[in-house]
Amino acid sequence: MAVVEPEHGAHDDHHDHGDFIAHHFDNAEQQFDSGKLGIWLFLVTEVLFFSGLFVAYTLYRVLHPEIFDQAHVFLDKYLGFLNTLVLLFSSLTMAVAVRYAQLGKNGHVVWYVLGTMVCASAFLGVKAIEYTHKWDQGILVRSAFDYHAGHHEAPAGTLAHTLGVSEYLIYLSVIPLLVIIGFAVYAGIAKLTDKPNASFFSVCMAIAVGGYFVGAMAGHFYMEVTDGGFGGRSEAAAEMMAYENETHSDHEPTNKPVDHHDESAVDQQTAESKVAPYQGPQPDEFDQDIGIFFSIYYCMTGLHAIHIIAGIAFLAWILWRSILGHWRSDYFGPVDYVGLYWHLVDLIWIYLFPLLYLID
Amino acid sequence: MATAAERKKLFGHAENNYLNCTKGIKSWMFTVDHKRIGVMYLIGVTTALFLAGVFALVLRSQLWSYDNTLLTDKMYNQMFTLHGAVMVFAFIIPSIPAALGNFVLPMMLGAKDVAFPRLNLASFYLWIFGTGFLLFAILSGKGLDTGWTFYTPYSIRTDTGVIYATFGAFILGFSSIFTGLNFLVTVNTMRAPGQGWFKMPLFLWGLYSTSIIQVLATPVLGITLLLLIAEKTMHIGIFDPKYGGDPVLFQHFFWFYSHPAVYIMILPGMGVISELIAVYSQKKVFGYSFIAFSSVAIALLGFLVWGHHMFTSGQSVVVTLIFSAITFTVAIPSAVKVFNWLATMYKGSIALTTPMCYALSFIFLFGIGGLTGLFLGALSTDIHLHDTYFVVAHFHFVMVGGTLTALLGGVFHWWPKMFGRMYNDMLGRVSCLLVFLGFNLTFFPQFVMGARGMPRRYASYDPEFQIFHQWSTIGAFVLGVGILLGFGVLVYAAFKGPKISGNPFGAASLEWQSSSPPDFHNFIHKPILCDPYDFGALVYDEELDTYIHREFMEPSEQPEMEPEPQVH
Repeated sequence: MAVVEPEHGAHDDHHDHGDFIAHHFDNAEQQFDSGKLGIWLFLVTEVLFFSGLFVAYTLYRVLHPEIFDQAHVFLDKYLGFLNTLVLLFSSLTMAVAVRYAQLGKNGHVVWYVLGTMVCASAFLGVKAIEYTHKWDQGILVRSAFDYHAGHHEAPAGTLAHTLGVSEYLIYLSVIPLLVIIGFAVYAGIAKLTDKPNASFFSVCMAIAVGGYFVGAMAGHFYMEVTDGGFGGRSEAAAEMMAYENETHSDHEPTNKPVDHHDESAVDQQTAESKVAPYQGPQPDEFDQDIGIFFSIYYCMTGLHAIHIIAGIAFLAWILWRSILGHWRSDYFGPVDYVGLYWHLVDLIWIYLFPLLYLID
Repeated sequence: MATAAERKKLFGHAENNYLNCTKGIKSWMFTVDHKRIGVMYLIGVTTALFLAGVFALVLRSQLWSYDNTLLTDKMYNQMFTLHGAVMVFAFIIPSIPAALGNFVLPMMLGAKDVAFPRLNLASFYLWIFGTGFLLFAILSGKGLDTGWTFYTPYSIRTDTGVIYATFGAFILGFSSIFTGLNFLVTVNTMRAPGQGWFKMPLFLWGLYSTSIIQVLATPVLGITLLLLIAEKTMHIGIFDPKYGGDPVLFQHFFWFYSHPAVYIMILPGMGVISELIAVYSQKKVFGYSFIAFSSVAIALLGFLVWGHHMFTSGQSVVVTLIFSAITFTVAIPSAVKVFNWLATMYKGSIALTTPMCYALSFIFLFGIGGLTGLFLGALSTDIHLHDTYFVVAHFHFVMVGGTLTALLGGVFHWWPKMFGRMYNDMLGRVSCLLVFLGFNLTFFPQFVMGARGMPRRYASYDPEFQIFHQWSTIGAFVLGVGILLGFGVLVYAAFKGPKISGNPFGAASLEWQSSSPPDFHNFIHKPILCDPYDFGALVYDEELDTYIHREFMEPSEQPEMEPEPQVH
């Protein structure tokens, strides 16, 4: 029984190993299985990481259903739906990218990964519109919650005023803008120094991050058309008052469609329709505990957004290796793993959307 | 079969090994070798142990007399908080899995490394950063006075360094997750060909169960600490009653992690003890599958008992009853282990070496620690004992008497493998005796004063308790001397001890089928798979003064097989 192998057998790290098989694995299959199990376990930790927030959500919804009932009208379900579509589509492109990686078609992988990244950035763009809109209206976490309805024009003379957007949006957009400029400049430098792969990668990255502005513009356009979005300021105020009337007076709730844009008009209309004067809290004096809903909202969606950003970083790594042509039918693990991560991030949003936006 | 020269190369003392195959600080800082990472972790957790141990001695000095003014009340609060936080997050949780486990686990599987070596290194650096943040709470001058549990609402109100410390614990959590994830995957995919689950050493079952908890529980701690940081900075109203939050929710979240984390601390220790008892009794471990499954059972039951930390926090009576009942069931798998260890020793060929002495004191101390847990799990007695020194004594018997003792035993057991040199066994046993006596002197009086009503976390106390506290303080210093002596014996051995061959203790698990210290690739040959407790497969090689698997010996060198006893 030959138990002692020739010495070089164990010392040669690359004996019958492919290009990307780490020295401590016996073969490609073992490496792939390890990675696959590893990423699934990582996804388990991610689910449990979010679980704390889902438990907090459940607890407060059970204990204080009225907060959720009042607060959800501030969220625009159509923007949420748009983002759901964007993420679902990005999962599709990701799945296709994984398939092409399995076939070893690196060129196709590049385009589908790029498509996924554009969608990811667009999601963040829409989210930025939603966030900044709420910040303008003082819809913040519990301690800072200070809702005030109406339009919030940026001070005259500022860029935000010229563009007709929130000042916060300008601040937020500086980051992707700088990233795009950085990649564009580097793409030029790489081109001049004859690094075609790096140059192509940088152009792709600039396009990928550019998706943010596509999303932001779509969100902004929607806000303009709907004048602040359905379920936004005036609409919310009206619904709020209808709700209060229903619970605090014997009169039938006013079911008249409300198409005015600020609460003074609503007051006027209420008076005209000879309904008893509204005695409950004014829209500007909402129960501060509504803020708990937005605490949970910001924690959940914020943590999710961080995962999207991390996903973009992972996808960038996949993009770079696709450009280098690393994937083969016997080596495509990393695309598969990042794909699984991306589907999980998508799935978490699929839960967040109905739980936060579709109450009622 | 191998010639004597080959055997010397394979199982002798190796001059060229993982410690000196590459040189320079960078070859250690950027290493992905699990053995070097294990050694670095060992240095790291030892540093944390000394730091937190010094905090403990300062605390004990303050408690020497009932009106001592060594520390102000505020300083006392900070001192016990840092002692607890550093001990729990930076020392005990990574101690056995990340230090010993990293070194031993791949070798027990006959593998070259863990599945994700770079993740392993990342885990170590996260440990460094996390511990750094934890300690920054002191260096920033703010301190930390919440207790290691960071209970709300006090942790939101206090202006001490809660944010640094919680962020540190958050990072340490990810360090722990990475180690656990790595081990789970490694055990699943990288076992030697033919090594089934039930041919693994029991230490691996302990580590595997630990890893399950690390992966499933630690993320919940992560999000809890993030929410606490958000609460403290932005007042989001989830934990803070001032803003409509629920402080008891924090306790639920925290203990959902931290109770399973208690089993992160003890399960690897139990795994070490299973190895030590079998090797130093030279007897096949009794009830292998019972010990293996009891580890898994403890890991799973550990997720269902967190409410027993909150019996007095205003839970409903029904919930309290259920948590109490499930708490008792944890005693069953724990007792299964203890009885199996005792049965393993029965009629074994027991060698009272240093590791075995530590293993025996583990059984004794863990027995007391575990049984006093039942007093606390019983509702009526817990109302009386809650927040007294009885609780302090109970968890120190399990954590120090259990885990620290197992760690020391394990380090003494694997030290010759790590560094290829033998320690002074007599001094090692003296250190074990000092640890055992000092430990009991420290914590046994705490049971008595706890039962008599001495509350925990007080800087001063009624004069009637002074005599107990003085015993306890003397014991703490004896314990400290014992640990320092053990440390000295080991460090001296690593540099000056006599050189030693691959398997001096006659252990049958795969990691001993290598040179001491092991080669960079762990094994120069393919290890021969055998039952980890089949000590009959080993043959003593006089020339090397070591034990070698029978198949490596020439037929002429093998002793005659003893005939099977005939039963009439």
